[in-house]
Amino acid sequence: MSDVKPRVRVPKTASAGETITIKTLISHRMESGQRKDSDGNPIPRQIINRFTCDFNGENVIDVKMEPAISTNPYFEFQAVVPAAGEFVFTWYDDNGEVYTETKSIAIG
Amino acid sequence: MKKPIAGLALAAALALPSVAVADEDAKLIINGEIELVTETEPAAHLDGALRSVRSGWTFRTTETQALQMDDFDNPGMIFVDQALDSFETVDGAAGKSCASCHEDPAEFEGLRAQLPKYNEEAGEVWTMEMYVNNCRTERMEAEAWGWKSQPMLNMNALISLQSRGMPVNVAIDGPAQSVWEQGKEMYYTRYGQLELSCANCHEDNYDNYIRADHLSQGQTNGFPVYRLKQANLITQHNRFRGCIRDTRAHTFAEGSPEFVALELYVASRGNGLSVEAPSVRN
Repeated sequence: MSDVKPRVRVPKTASAGETITIKTLISHRMESGQRKDSDGNPIPRQIINRFTCDFNGENVIDVKMEPAISTNPYFEFQAVVPAAGEFVFTWYDDNGEVYTETKSIAIG
Repeated sequence: MKKPIAGLALAAALALPSVAVADEDAKLIINGEIELVTETEPAAHLDGALRSVRSGWTFRTTETQALQMDDFDNPGMIFVDQALDSFETVDGAAGKSCASCHEDPAEFEGLRAQLPKYNEEAGEVWTMEMYVNNCRTERMEAEAWGWKSQPMLNMNALISLQSRGMPVNVAIDGPAQSVWEQGKEMYYTRYGQLELSCANCHEDNYDNYIRADHLSQGQTNGFPVYRLKQANLITQHNRFRGCIRDTRAHTFAEGSPEFVALELYVASRGNGLSVEAPSVRN
């Protein structure tokens, strides 16, 4: 889908061991599969079914998502940053597409 | 037994107004940087109809207010991003995109604060949608976008954003005056089986509840608005239509000359408030 666009906000720097807040948002229709079009035919389900965040290869969160989650899903969560490194965010679409975004964070 | 219960009810009654006051006094500062004017002196032409002019933001709950205070949290910004893509997209027989003529959306700074305004060449009052479609059909030789089509809503949000923080300042004199008068006439006309005018709710009863809805002054400085109920951007005309429909009347069409006139008049009631587009409302 061309209108899918991941967005992430991570602080550029943190002190070692600091707890930071991460905000993520992906623009996505999150078609539930419960709706019908104007001709009465069911609109097939197409949602982001899983969202993960990893830091330097270690998993931070792993979320299974269901059709009741509304359009443009937003996640805000906290992570402890032990050292400088890279956050990798991954969203999995029902249609097989995978969207990723990375953000580096420095210690300072 | 009766006394403690009465005391409790009184405490609850007293607690409600203080919550509303807290919201009223909140300051709208976006990204911790841009401070917007959410309350101002009424324009002279209002002639005492409003004690003060208040943005719809001041009527919303703290949770809804917070969504607008950070561009990352503001769902309307998703559509601004989409418009940035279409700004660069070539469309139409002339082989042009918006960017072919307008280098940067930033050159539209200040435009939203003046709209709708009288267009000399066309000889009528134009809204943002009419300016955008004029570019599409005349310069790009592309198909006009529908009034409430997604690309139109998105582009409207992108161009409006460039004026965020600037005071609304629509002209109501000169060639626009007759249209403004028409809009004013509509504002005070009772429509539908319920015989309600705009003024009955938004002038006489703002800050009161109409069933579960907290009535605002119906100011338009935040449009296009990201409306939580629709999970999308909506236009002034969408809300005009919704209100008139709720009076159980046949409504005017979005983009009709009647609604353009009403848009001009309602915008003029908010002269002095900051442009907030894309704002967040429920």
